[in-house]
Amino acid sequence: MKHIDLAHVARLARLRFSDEELKKYEAQVEEILKFVDQLKAVNVEGIEPTSHPLKLSNVFREDMPAPAFSVEEVLKRAPRSRGRFFEVPKIIEDKTR
Amino acid sequence: MSLAQKTAFQLLELYRNKKASEEEALTDVVSAVHTKDRDTRSIHAYIDLEHSTPLQKQVSGPLAGIPIALKDNICVEGREATCASEILKGFVSPYSATVVEKLLNAGAVIFGRTNMDEFAFGSSCETSCYGPTRNPRDPERVPGGSSGGSAACVADDTAIASLGSDTGGSIRQPAAFCGVVGMKPTYGRVSRYGLIAFASSLDQIGPITKDVRDNALLLSVIAGHDSKDSTSANVSVPDYLKALEDTKLSGMKIGYPLEIQKDLTPDAAKLMTEAVKILEKKGAVIDRSITLPHTKYAVNVYYIVAPSEASSNLARFDGVRFGHRAAATANLLSMYENTRGHGFGAEAKRRIILGTYSLSSGYYDAYYVKAMKVRTLIKNDFDEAFKKVDAILMPTAPSAAFKLGEKTKDPLEMYLSDIYTISANLAGIPAISIPGALSEGGLPLGLQFLAKPFAEETLYKIAHSYEEALK
Repeated sequence: MKHIDLAHVARLARLRFSDEELKKYEAQVEEILKFVDQLKAVNVEGIEPTSHPLKLSNVFREDMPAPAFSVEEVLKRAPRSRGRFFEVPKIIEDKTR
Repeated sequence: MSLAQKTAFQLLELYRNKKASEEEALTDVVSAVHTKDRDTRSIHAYIDLEHSTPLQKQVSGPLAGIPIALKDNICVEGREATCASEILKGFVSPYSATVVEKLLNAGAVIFGRTNMDEFAFGSSCETSCYGPTRNPRDPERVPGGSSGGSAACVADDTAIASLGSDTGGSIRQPAAFCGVVGMKPTYGRVSRYGLIAFASSLDQIGPITKDVRDNALLLSVIAGHDSKDSTSANVSVPDYLKALEDTKLSGMKIGYPLEIQKDLTPDAAKLMTEAVKILEKKGAVIDRSITLPHTKYAVNVYYIVAPSEASSNLARFDGVRFGHRAAATANLLSMYENTRGHGFGAEAKRRIILGTYSLSSGYYDAYYVKAMKVRTLIKNDFDEAFKKVDAILMPTAPSAAFKLGEKTKDPLEMYLSDIYTISANLAGIPAISIPGALSEGGLPLGLQFLAKPFAEETLYKIAHSYEEALK
């Protein structure tokens, strides 16, 4: 049984693949998922999930103002910026997809 | 003899006795790099030399005048940090990692960016956008990964010591392949502020050094709580060098798990036989009855948990705020897709896909939640084992360094080269790899010790005793 619709997952991940790449990656990811499926044999009834090895919950600190980077310092790393803003292509609804 | 061949301790002593100066040591290291590591056909442990002007802020401290190399995912203010990825090429960090501040405050000289697998995704240093690093012990072979450059420079005497990061074995496996010492500290022991994130519940920064003593010294400097990393633990840092004073292991119980004893490759079997003999001679009691029944699922769990966290962490690389942006895009969505499609290499894409799939609607419970539950079982196995023993012993890797290109065609085969290292990350426990023995072919084989959380002292004591026995 096939696990994955790669074109769909690629869209979720915002990754562009050529048709040829889609085929190649799909085969590889299928193999990996088949391997991962060995976990189905493990009985985990009543077991709590571990998301984090230390038993940490929320870590709080005083909400104190502190210096931050200037707008110029941040924007000079951006591929494109204008004035005080990051510049991006037009955000329009794309009906072709 | 070039001063680049010395350990940090040897250099510090030479400085103290005025037999060498810090400037001479740095000159020797720089010239070793320029002769041995000049281009991508050589060992290629370093990414670039042009932007590697030495940085020192303090002239005194426990590491005064010791040049230290950094993996390309650790940020230094005003310097490039690219995770060996096209998507971050040209990125200059606006701040320094806490480990960098700590090294600088201790007098260390930051020198050089070392090569790595792209975003630390790999076990061979072959996924770097700058081309692979080679193993100084045999240039036909890989140095291991992902911290391949950090291990190779230490082994090749083009660095005194380095820092790497370890998410599933990325410090220990390259240290093993290159015949040097690599420590993955307890999760939370070292601040990750300024480490470009791969998998946040697994990543740790640690030292790679020529011997155990240097390693203990470096960890003493970089360990400790940091309010800038909410996952760093508020646990006091002991003097790790104290643990090295007594090299006898009498009274020490070391577990050799049943599951590891089975299915050893001939090289790993040879390593373990020699290791057990040496440890017993030093006075340790080897317990062959301890069992870690769920560690056989560690690789399976890891390839759900790590890609899931990576796919989330790597969402920030979108061509908007920093790094690469694809040219000529019609709209925002295609800008994201093209930027990420061009900017990420093959392994990064595979992991983002795997992670996105595991976290996607309809599969989240079956994959991600299930993996987190099995992770609990793996952690419980270690908790049980450490009720009986002080440390656990196993190989670092199933074999010695493999050849370049040997495992690049089959991602799954590459993943399986980390079977012995991954469980320490899943459980959050510390583990060290030291040169344990030589393979039939004369290559280094790494020996790994694991201990309970925050018991790095125990690991240094055992590792140091073993190292002394080999001398």
